[in-house]
Parts: sequence; structure tokens; C-alpha cells
Amino acid sequence: MSILELSALELGKKIRKKEISAVEAAEAVLKQIKEKEPVIHAYVTVDEEGALKRAEKVQAMIEDGTLANPLAGVPVAVKDNLCTKGLLTTCSSHILYNFVPAYTAQAVENLERAGAVIIGKTNMDEFAMGSTTETSAFGVTRNPWNPDHVPGGSSGGSCAAVAADECFYALGSDTGGSIRQPSSFCGVTGIKPTYGTVSRYGLIAYGSSLDQIGPIGKNVSDCAAVLETIASYDKKDSTSVPRKDLHFTEALADDVKGMKIGIPRDYLGEGLDEEVKAAVLKAAKVLEEKGAIVEEFDLSLTEYAIPAYYVIASAEASSNLSRFDGVKYGLRAKEYEGLHQMYKRSRSEGFGPEVKRRIMLGSFVLSSGYYDAYYLKALRTKALIKQAFDKAFQQYDVILGPAAPSTAPRLGESLGDPLKMYLGDIYTVSVNLAGLPAMTVPCGRDSKGLPIGLQLMGDCFEEKKIIRAAYAWEQTGEGR
Amino acid sequence: MANMISNETIEYVGILAKLELSDEEKEEAKRDMGRMLDYIDKLNELDTEGVEPMSHVFSMNNVFREDAVVNGDDRENILANAPEQKDGAFKVPGTMEQG
Repeated sequence: MSILELSALELGKKIRKKEISAVEAAEAVLKQIKEKEPVIHAYVTVDEEGALKRAEKVQAMIEDGTLANPLAGVPVAVKDNLCTKGLLTTCSSHILYNFVPAYTAQAVENLERAGAVIIGKTNMDEFAMGSTTETSAFGVTRNPWNPDHVPGGSSGGSCAAVAADECFYALGSDTGGSIRQPSSFCGVTGIKPTYGTVSRYGLIAYGSSLDQIGPIGKNVSDCAAVLETIASYDKKDSTSVPRKDLHFTEALADDVKGMKIGIPRDYLGEGLDEEVKAAVLKAAKVLEEKGAIVEEFDLSLTEYAIPAYYVIASAEASSNLSRFDGVKYGLRAKEYEGLHQMYKRSRSEGFGPEVKRRIMLGSFVLSSGYYDAYYLKALRTKALIKQAFDKAFQQYDVILGPAAPSTAPRLGESLGDPLKMYLGDIYTVSVNLAGLPAMTVPCGRDSKGLPIGLQLMGDCFEEKKIIRAAYAWEQTGEGR
Repeated sequence: MANMISNETIEYVGILAKLELSDEEKEEAKRDMGRMLDYIDKLNELDTEGVEPMSHVFSMNNVFREDAVVNGDDRENILANAPEQKDGAFKVPGTMEQG
């Protein structure tokens, strides 16, 4: 059996038992990257030298007993919007083409403390704005299942890297579905945790009230173990939430007896691909056969989630991205007259079309005269959406549905019509507005052979319930 | 399109967003923003009378801390990213007329 076929936890175990060394694991991944990258292009930066050096150091620490974590020595890929000290961090944007952070994101530091070996930084939609990874300033990433198709986005590089065995697991970020949708398209597993669970310190912000970092892996167990490692209360993130129970791997039990699962009828209606619908309902049936109580219900307000999301996310983006002005880091325009034009030219040359579109929309909805009509209206809608979920979770442990209305579209088909692309986020954005945990697990393939993803959502702080449901589903082996 | 974005609005948004747009980009932005706002107007179907705007899902308060330095001096690494630097500081074009 090739090293690459192992899951992250399986590899970690073999490393601890000295059957495989951390260096061998890193070498295997680097070899796979050399083979796959010319087509897939999951990475913006591959840190071959740093990874091998780090693997040697980790191996030494495993041997002298200072490191015994389940993930010690296991190679990981990190989305390129997470700061890594000394390692290029671009957000897949021309404006950060040369940015080398002076510090490391807290989530990444937590992984490093557990002995992770960072292989490189993964491609993404520019500043995480997009659903296909086609808005990257450094070229598209291709779907490992069929290179004519997109991997999804914005964490498309991370998901493709996991699917193509170019790492054993990866970190992504999810503002409106950016972990769950590409996980669905690439046939991998990904978790967006409850807001506040993973510190956002060192995550280059897009929509701060919505952004969460989460794991992407080959299976549910790996994701639970990674989430357990990256989650922490952090004073450096003022929205960090102290949580008592972060032992997510305890939920890995093949038991859904009596679990109440609700399927929103709103998630099965118009616009949903028939094959995706059939696969999702089949998974629900299987969970029912395993003892879960499954029923359909009306969640309501689903159609309002996307307009509310784009107002809020764009507003926050317009504020967050004002820091890119050609002064402290990144691109500065070559020709300008005076300070003000230097700002404007640097931003105009540095940002791509989708980022500009959202910054402008955000600036508009926050401007005087429109603030109440758009921004506050969206925040009121958010409150209603949260209430709808609160009501649903009084009845159900888990909400089940598709992660995306279709399987991965072909490259080049999405960017021409931004609004249509935004509508593809219909099943994912509500979760971010309500701060909920949710995950995607593979649930079969369509007739073109492209993966379909099952989405499981939980109430705030109830990751364990969705992990348990996902694990029970995964154990049936029918998702592959 | 119900929302017609005027040239003045796009100019104003350009100023707020600190973006310099070509004529072509302006036309595109007018169209895209108009379409997006038409779509966002869907929110007006919802009665939100008396609903408090929710900025954070959990009730959050300001997090205070002592104003104490806890990180070390990292000036060199931070300045290494600056497009231009001078005497240990970020260098920017002149902001005042020389009199």
C-alpha cells in the first residue's frame, strides 16, 4: 500500500510506531506534487526545502519522545489566506504577490505545536471571493476528478490537494460555503465549525462576522482530529469563544439511533440537480435505516439568505480590504502623483474584477443614505434567519441537505454571470449568517463521475452531532 | 433594471472604495451593481419591523485588555514587506505642498 493512500490519522499512527518516518511522508507528498501539479495546480507555493527540514526536526522530536500527537509528522496544506511566518502568503491576489508574514496564524501555530509539517500554501479565489478558484491571480486549479471542471471555491486548492493526494489534509476557510462547496465538488470531507471556535488571528479577513477556519480531509475522523487540534480560545481574536468541550473525536461513533434529522423542503426545490437530490435523499434513507428519525420540514427564509449574505460580506470586505493601499506591504503602483493617487492606483492594479465588484458593492451599501435600506436590512434579515434555525433545532439534532445545487461546473462557465454564480451558494450561506457548524461528506457521484456532497448542519456548539451523523454515514461505505 | 446606477454614483463609490476605474470598468460596474441591487431588493419583501439588526450571532461585548506590549520588536521583518522604507519607517509620497 502506498503511503499516499493512508488517511492522516493512519499515517500519524505509522509515524509514531516508527514504520514510516516524517521525512518519508513529506517526500512521498512532494513527489506526488511534482507529478500532479502541472495539471491540477492546487498550490500557490510549495515549500519543499522548508517541509523537509521541518520533517527532520519533527522526526527527531518524535524519536526523543517530545512529540506524540496523532498528527505529528503528517504533511498538511494551508490555504493561502492564512499567515505563515517567513512563507509567502498571497491570498491569490496580485496585491499581495510578495507578502511574507512576520507571524503565523493561531490555527496554523496550533497545528505546528502538534507536529504538523506544512507542505505549502494552496490556491484560492482571490481574497476568498468566488466559488470556483477561477478568480485567483495565479491561475486556475483543476478538479482532480476531471481536469475540465473547477474544484469549487474558494478553498478549491485545499480541496483539490486533498483529493489528489498532494497532502494528507488541509486547512481552508469558510465565509459563505468556501470549505463545504469545494469539498462537495472534490469528493472530500470538510467542516466549518461554529463561529468563534477556531481563532481568526492571522486569517486575512474577508467577512469577519462570517469567516471561520476549518479542516478538509480524506474522512470524518481526520477532520474531527484536526478540528480538535486547531480549535482554541484566543485572546488575540476578540470574537473567539471559550468552549468547554473540544474533544470532537469522541463523537466518532457509528450510532444514529434516535437522532432526529430534518431535511428542509426549501433545499430540495427548484434549481437542485436531480442526481444530487437523489443522492442526498438516498443518504437520508440510509441514516433512517440505521435508526435515525428523518423527516422533511419547512425551514423558511432560504431565498433571503443570499441577498443578505452578499450585503453583509461585501460591506465587511470593503472595510477589511481598505488596509491594502501600497504602504505597508504588497503591491505599490509604479506611476502616481501624490499619496492619494498612489492608494488608488495600487488598489486598482492589485485587485481583480470580483474583488473590486464586492468592494464597490460594500462601499455602496454602507454609504450614507443607503446604510439603513441595505446594510441594516440585511442584519435584520440575518436575525430572522437565525431565529428560523433556532426553531428548527428545537426539533432536530441535525439538518441534512445538499452542499451545492449541482456537481462541479466546467472551467470558464461561471465567471461570466456573477449573480448566477452567487446563487450557487444557496445551501451554504445561511449557516455562516447563523454562525452554525456544518460539514460536507461525499455521498456518491453523478453520471459524469463527479462527486456529490452531503451537507450536515448542527446547532451552535453541536459539532459532535454532525460529526456522529457523518461518521455513521461514512461507515456504510456508500458515499464513495 | 429597477436600480439604475448613475455616473455620479459610480464616481462616488470609486472615491469611497479608493479605486480608479477605466471607462469600460465603470460601465461594467454600473451594470453589475444595478443587477445586484435589483436582486438584493428582494429583502424588501420581508417585514423586519421591530427586528433588531444582528451584527453578531452571540451576544458579544467589547473585549478589553491591558495596554501592554507582549510581542517583541519585529521591525525588520515587518519593514521587509514595505514597498518603500526609509530610516526604519514606511516611506510614502509627500502629502503636503512644499511651501
